[in-house]
Amino acid sequence: MSTTAVPEVAVTAVDEGFWTRNRKIGAVLLALGVLAAVLFGALATDQHARFTLSETEGGAALEINGTVGAILFGLITAASGGALLAGVPKRWFTLLLGAGLVAFVLSFLCWQVSAAPEGRNFMPLVNVVRGTFILALPLIFGALAGVLCERSGVVNVAIEGQLLMGAFSGALFGSMSGSVWVGLAAAAIGGAFISFLLAVFSIRYLVDQVVMGIVLNLLAVGITGFLYERLMQTDAAKYNSAPRFGNWEIPLLSDIPLIGPALFRGNIFLYLGLLLVLVIHLALFRTRWGLRTRSVGEHPTAADTLGVKVLRLRYRNVILAGLVAGVGGASYTLALYSFTKNMIGGKGFIALAALIFGRWSPTGALLAALFFGFADQLATYLGAIGSSIPSQFLAMLPYLATILAVAGLVGKVRAPAADGKPYIKG
Amino acid sequence: MTNPNPASGSPDKEPATEAQESLSEARATPTQPAGDTEQTVPATATAKRPSPAGEARPSMGRMFLDNLWAANTVTVTVLAVLLAMVVGAVLIIVSDPEVLATYGYITARPTDALNASWTVVSEAYANLFKGAIFDPDAVGFTAAMSPISETLTYAAPLVFTGLSVALAFRGGLFNIGAQGQATIGVILAAVAGFALPLPPVVHLLVALIAGALGGALWGFIPGILKARAGAHEVINTIMLNYVAVYFLTWIVVQSGVQDPNRADAISKPVDSSAQLPRLLGDDLRVHAGILLAVAATWFIAWLLNRSTLGFELRAVGANPDAARTAGISVTKTYVLVMVFAGMLAGLGGSTMVLGTTATALTPLVIAQIGFDGILVALLGRVKPWGVLLAALLFGALQAGGNRMQSYSGISLELVTVLQALIVIFIAAPALVKTIFQLRAARAARLQTSLAKGW
Repeated sequence: MSTTAVPEVAVTAVDEGFWTRNRKIGAVLLALGVLAAVLFGALATDQHARFTLSETEGGAALEINGTVGAILFGLITAASGGALLAGVPKRWFTLLLGAGLVAFVLSFLCWQVSAAPEGRNFMPLVNVVRGTFILALPLIFGALAGVLCERSGVVNVAIEGQLLMGAFSGALFGSMSGSVWVGLAAAAIGGAFISFLLAVFSIRYLVDQVVMGIVLNLLAVGITGFLYERLMQTDAAKYNSAPRFGNWEIPLLSDIPLIGPALFRGNIFLYLGLLLVLVIHLALFRTRWGLRTRSVGEHPTAADTLGVKVLRLRYRNVILAGLVAGVGGASYTLALYSFTKNMIGGKGFIALAALIFGRWSPTGALLAALFFGFADQLATYLGAIGSSIPSQFLAMLPYLATILAVAGLVGKVRAPAADGKPYIKG
Repeated sequence: MTNPNPASGSPDKEPATEAQESLSEARATPTQPAGDTEQTVPATATAKRPSPAGEARPSMGRMFLDNLWAANTVTVTVLAVLLAMVVGAVLIIVSDPEVLATYGYITARPTDALNASWTVVSEAYANLFKGAIFDPDAVGFTAAMSPISETLTYAAPLVFTGLSVALAFRGGLFNIGAQGQATIGVILAAVAGFALPLPPVVHLLVALIAGALGGALWGFIPGILKARAGAHEVINTIMLNYVAVYFLTWIVVQSGVQDPNRADAISKPVDSSAQLPRLLGDDLRVHAGILLAVAATWFIAWLLNRSTLGFELRAVGANPDAARTAGISVTKTYVLVMVFAGMLAGLGGSTMVLGTTATALTPLVIAQIGFDGILVALLGRVKPWGVLLAALLFGALQAGGNRMQSYSGISLELVTVLQALIVIFIAAPALVKTIFQLRAARAARLQTSLAKGW
């Protein structure tokens, strides 16, 4: 399939002459690197920037002089940009781009950490890694829900609503039954309820899927907000005090430095989320169901002629997606907080961004979700050390990154060809 | 009668056919004034439909009765509102523990349950009506006009955002970014409203223009990205909504913008010289924003149906490839559509802070007008005058919801549920048709949406 994401628009040919896409990105990277070396290097102080491998200031740490670090990493970014500009083989592209961006972030951190007031000029990496995963968790579940839906050709803009409904019904039924497992099941069903509506209206009644997603988000906000005020606010003890999953420590693995305390002392949702990424990845690319799902998402007519039940598969996948997103919603109410009105607060849309940024693949979605989680965690951290960078601008990062991605500046993004097109058996 | 389209062989039209023909939506509905005649762009779509020309024309009265229970725009809309209110009633009942308790012994004394349900639901909806349209117990001019004034106040910004979304739809684009465009609009309008020392009328005009330009800028970005890079506007507008919100939360706490007397996130108030005049005296909130909204509706109706740009816009919306072949610049049209849509949404945001809803910027100053605008546009069947009516309905629900909340203790969120449900039923006319066993409408064009996937 050679169809681009928006076939009706004439995309002006990018790869012509000297200025290929790789060279343009190399030039941008080079400029960023020089900027980092000069600006961050000048702003950084001679204090040491400490990156400790624990939750506190003490313990083993990586240490570097602030100015030196900022300039050094800036130069690495510039060098990888320069290499791209000079025209290296294409297989080096991802590696160089990744190295350049990581070095840019490190240069930025060297400046920020070294410029922090005395006593706070360290970065506890365990906290940062753990926070990244916790903040990324709803995004992982949401983006996986998106993968399941969109790979079979149904646009899922209702991720926000599915997460919210999952969080709500998890809290409600978890509180009423007093059991986390009942809550978890109810959360999954709550998410599936929204995605069932999405399935019926987009598959049976052929309503535009984006429209339906937007409306379902509002419906979920309305229903949960209404019942929250009527039930949970009047009798929080009965309706909004769900039991919570504790943290499970995995023996041996939890003793690995840095990763151990950050990843293997988490709650069930963390393990479930990572496991689901693996399962869905394998299922999508290694099983019969996966092949059928992808073929229905790319070319339903062809799949139909080969005997795949297109509509039934779409129904099943959309509802599966709702189950996954519902569990993602429960990762809030059955582990961290009690339910509040509109508590997902746009995470569903970042999950959508992660899905697109991750190019509709489970592993890509995981990486994108972690990147967005890291940006979120970084904003919290910079706020804590009294940084001069406004947290709002860091919060914009996921959205801006997605815009750059779909605009074709960071690699081509292509949706499944039949994504959003209802299938009419004819 | 010969049927040129075998797919819709049965007289009861299947939804599939409606979707296939969704490109054109040429039909004046009874809700529309005569001026708003829509023209079909692709002639092929009209030819597809079974033509009633061969039949004998029935009398007007007969036609009216036939249409009353057919799946036409008005009937489906009314029934959709009705269905939504039924679902809303169910929600009210199941969320009221006292009423729910009477259902515990419904087999023994069914009247208890029914009476209790009827009382709580009818009281809630009565308050909804009294808050939105007319309160029979009201004494005096101000009290009697208060519901209408509230309805119009809430409707005004929704007209703008609804028109914004509808205009983009007609150009084949799905503008989910009205929220972000209104946010940037409200920021610029408010800043112009308190930072510039200008005489009364000029100040208001400058503030409105600033708001429109802010929205236009925020519409231009996804427009140019779509035109140049093929980036899907749905994704970009969603992302830009959040960028705008974070920008707003940042700018309200900057010195020069934040109210120096306040510690919380609120800006300086807009000067009185930049405020829209009130229409019915100082006690009623309705302001000139609703007049601007009507003017904007008229202008967009003219633009769409009478101007060259409108023709090109609809041509591109119906079939970009055909439009390009015909010599229309698709890229230019996409950019212009988004700029106009952004401008409208920016004006909608401006009326929030220059009118009576708020006097200063806060992070939540424009509430949900952008997202509600999507619903309004769909409910209004993406036609300008339809959008105006839909916005009035939503404004009425909002105004009535406030009263319902304070008098009956029914959360305002119920209004959100009702609004979403109404649009769901509108968007799936086949469902409403099935539930009420409606006749297929004569040449009804009920499919509203025009966007295409990613």
